[in-house]
Amino acid sequence: HHQCVNGWMTGCVKRFGVLKRYTNTGHLPFKNSAGQFFSSGHTNNWAVLVCTSRFWFNYRHVANTLSVYRSVKRLGIPDSHIVLMLADDMACNHRNPKPATVFSHKNMELNVYGDDVEVDYRGYEVTVENFLRVLTGRLPPSTPRSKRLLSDDRSNILIYLTGHGGNGFLKFQDSEEISNVELADAFEQMWQKRRYNELLFIIDTCQGASMYERFYSPNIMALASSQVGEDSLSHQPDLAIGVHLMDRYTFYMLEFLEDIHPASKTNMNDLFKVCPKSQCVSTPGHRTDLFLRDPGSVLITDFFGSVRKVELTMDAINLTDPIKQMEENPVNGEEQKEVYSYADQLPVSEIIHQKPKQKDWHPPDGFILGLWTLILLVFFKTYGIKHLKHIF
Amino acid sequence: KSISPTAVTPLDRRRGQLAALSIAAVVIIVGVPLWWRTTETYRAWLPVSQIKDLAKLQLHLSADVEVVFARVDGDLLVQFIILRLQNMKPARYETKYRTATIMEEDALKKPTAAEADLSLHMLSESPCGSLVVYVIPESSSLLPEDVNVYIGQRRTALVRISAQMRVGKTLEQLLAQLEPRIKQVLQVMSFSHTDITVALSDRVRFRPGNKESIADSMRAFKSSPGYEITFSLLNPDPKSHQLHWDIEGAVQTYIQPLLTKLSPLANFSIDSQTLYYTMLGVTPRFDSSLEAYTLNADSLAHVINPVEARLGSNAASSNPVLNFLLYVPDIRHSPLYIHDHRKQEVPSNAFHSPRWGGIMVYNVNGFYGSETEFPVHVNINMAKVMGVFLAQLRLLLGVQSLSPPPGFLVAPCGSTGLADWELDRLMWSRSVENIATATTTITSLAQLLDQIGNIVINDNIAQQVSSAVTSLQLAMAELEVGNLGFALQYSKEAILASEKAFFDPSLLHLLYFPDDQKFAIYIPLFLPMCVPILLSMLKIVSEVRQRRREKQAKKE
Repeated sequence: HHQCVNGWMTGCVKRFGVLKRYTNTGHLPFKNSAGQFFSSGHTNNWAVLVCTSRFWFNYRHVANTLSVYRSVKRLGIPDSHIVLMLADDMACNHRNPKPATVFSHKNMELNVYGDDVEVDYRGYEVTVENFLRVLTGRLPPSTPRSKRLLSDDRSNILIYLTGHGGNGFLKFQDSEEISNVELADAFEQMWQKRRYNELLFIIDTCQGASMYERFYSPNIMALASSQVGEDSLSHQPDLAIGVHLMDRYTFYMLEFLEDIHPASKTNMNDLFKVCPKSQCVSTPGHRTDLFLRDPGSVLITDFFGSVRKVELTMDAINLTDPIKQMEENPVNGEEQKEVYSYADQLPVSEIIHQKPKQKDWHPPDGFILGLWTLILLVFFKTYGIKHLKHIF
Repeated sequence: KSISPTAVTPLDRRRGQLAALSIAAVVIIVGVPLWWRTTETYRAWLPVSQIKDLAKLQLHLSADVEVVFARVDGDLLVQFIILRLQNMKPARYETKYRTATIMEEDALKKPTAAEADLSLHMLSESPCGSLVVYVIPESSSLLPEDVNVYIGQRRTALVRISAQMRVGKTLEQLLAQLEPRIKQVLQVMSFSHTDITVALSDRVRFRPGNKESIADSMRAFKSSPGYEITFSLLNPDPKSHQLHWDIEGAVQTYIQPLLTKLSPLANFSIDSQTLYYTMLGVTPRFDSSLEAYTLNADSLAHVINPVEARLGSNAASSNPVLNFLLYVPDIRHSPLYIHDHRKQEVPSNAFHSPRWGGIMVYNVNGFYGSETEFPVHVNINMAKVMGVFLAQLRLLLGVQSLSPPPGFLVAPCGSTGLADWELDRLMWSRSVENIATATTTITSLAQLLDQIGNIVINDNIAQQVSSAVTSLQLAMAELEVGNLGFALQYSKEAILASEKAFFDPSLLHLLYFPDDQKFAIYIPLFLPMCVPILLSMLKIVSEVRQRRREKQAKKE
């Protein structure tokens, strides 16, 4: 039985059509849920939610991200499939009048922080490098499962970014930036390794549309809160807390998501209409040219929720052997159980008797060098270099 | 004449020119190469041409098939047939034809097909990937009336020629009957076009030609070096039911043989847990005609998510996790049956989700009457439970349940839960999938490193890439010859090496420097140094020109 198969690099997709196909004679045993199976092609959902700002006055970005996190969890995506990156310095900030809470509505209606939020990257771990590592999967081997994006070729991923941005870049924690070219390259690497089936990219920053201009990988749909040259505005200040609580685009998007439940059939065209210019002041934009399916046929729950495909198990195997009894081995007697104990928390004896550590010698740093150069210059200026021989 | 102290003597000017020229020379001859060497990124050598060759992915698969004719009266005719077959088609199949040995004849005289299969297996063990087809005469009583082909548990099949090998039929008609039958057997027991296309679906997103194969490709887990299996017992009502399941023994007896048989494919690790007070997220409906609660197929999709949030996982690696849940309904919702779309009860009372796992509902209301004292101690029948889980495990790992063509009888898989030829099919598709994935990874890595000139390529990455390329070449060579076991092993090595190279954490540095940033970095460093040199060069040039003009003027 000799088969010769050619790969796609030599343009062989057409060749597959010409080669003989094995068609199943006899009736198809494949029952039910065929329609459900083929409408979207994904079997699991992931979400990567990133808030790129820190400091108290950026409260609204954290509230944005946490509200999206809550909606996504409510619609079914479990924590193990959500990668949440926050600076997480709001709830326990000294300026927070209600500690351990982050509110998203005026009059403190909804505490989105709650007591079961799982932040995967917090504080100074939210960097461009870590974000790109999560997306491309190039993490050091010691990274735990909860910090990885373990998606496969049948995963739909929702990526939500919020913070301060500009034309072609997004600022991370006031110290670095990610450019739209880097983001597009990262998505291309994800596509090369088939780390996603479809990707929904939502960004709520100023000039957000510039971030999705450079995408070139297939199956990406992008939404942004404002066009190039426009600013995204915040929604409402809360006088008790003293900062703005949310951004407009995310606020109206969440109002829209409140009506979605796991079995709803609302599609993406409705999401594009969220927050028109009258409400948002900026013009939201979207990009669907890279997406293969028609947006009208894409359900909101394809990305925001996690509706599992299910098949009924029709066969079972008839097992007749009785269960083997696990034999107790009397020769070994009791197993040698390892006795564990806590390590000494404060090894006093070591501290008392330790010798001072040998500090490595470092060359003198800039300030010392500058100071001595100044002194030497002044010295030689006053006394002249010809007096050098009197000194040495 | 007096020389003013600020006038420049020719000697001074000469000295100045020499100084400027020598500084320029040092900068150009020593400085520029030094700067180039110190700012260049270390890039180890990659076998780019071999990678390009691999990208064409010319896969040749071959399997050894042996067709054995059982002796009938009319020996000569059989010999004649064999000769004709071997001369007819020039090696389209890697097929050998021969007559049966005496021991095989004895084995074929056994009363039932299953026993014949067993004794044939005792005679000779076929290597991985090969097949033996025994052609038996119509007079043989091994197969029941309407069955023409019997597919055994191992790597043999029995084909019955339903024509008299004697008078009336010509040789051509006999051969015409034999060829397609054997081809059908090969489609079922060995790899087929669809299998290979599905395995290559990573690289070729083919338009749906066969819905069943797409569903198969979506259901089964992708090839991975290891899998984690978790068995969970969900007891929402511990006050009424005290459940006891001998999971260790059940796993050892029923699941472990399958996993041992699958060990060439991947490593498996198993653990189990019991969860209390975990309900299904959906309330079942009471059906008064059945006096039972029912869950219909549409609501099953919403069952998994609330439960998944409660499942713990022991997994420390990044391997995919398969979850098998056994749900015992609480006493208020007992008994609970699953109904399909036609409102028929599902006999196994279980369902599975692609690439996730399976859930089975186990009713215990039959174990006690209404007068018993709660909590009731219940011993779960692990054989029944594991039968269902084993079937789900087979589906999730990619063993396809085909419906055989009419006239075929497929032997039920043995106690391990997997027939040898099913294992072979799995190995074929896994090898092809591994090779395709590894080739894609290596090719895209080479492309990426080529495009972005600033990435540092360390020695270990180059070494991984080279070993991946070598393993890929070896795997393809073994596939061509038909050594399935070695091919799978090499393909696994190739995948491991290519994934290690692609996902190396060091490949993230220096991804993108826009041009304006490059200028912004270099200008403050080099401009202050270059400007005096350039100006002095210009001055020298203008002086030389002036002197030449003076000389010209003097001449005239």
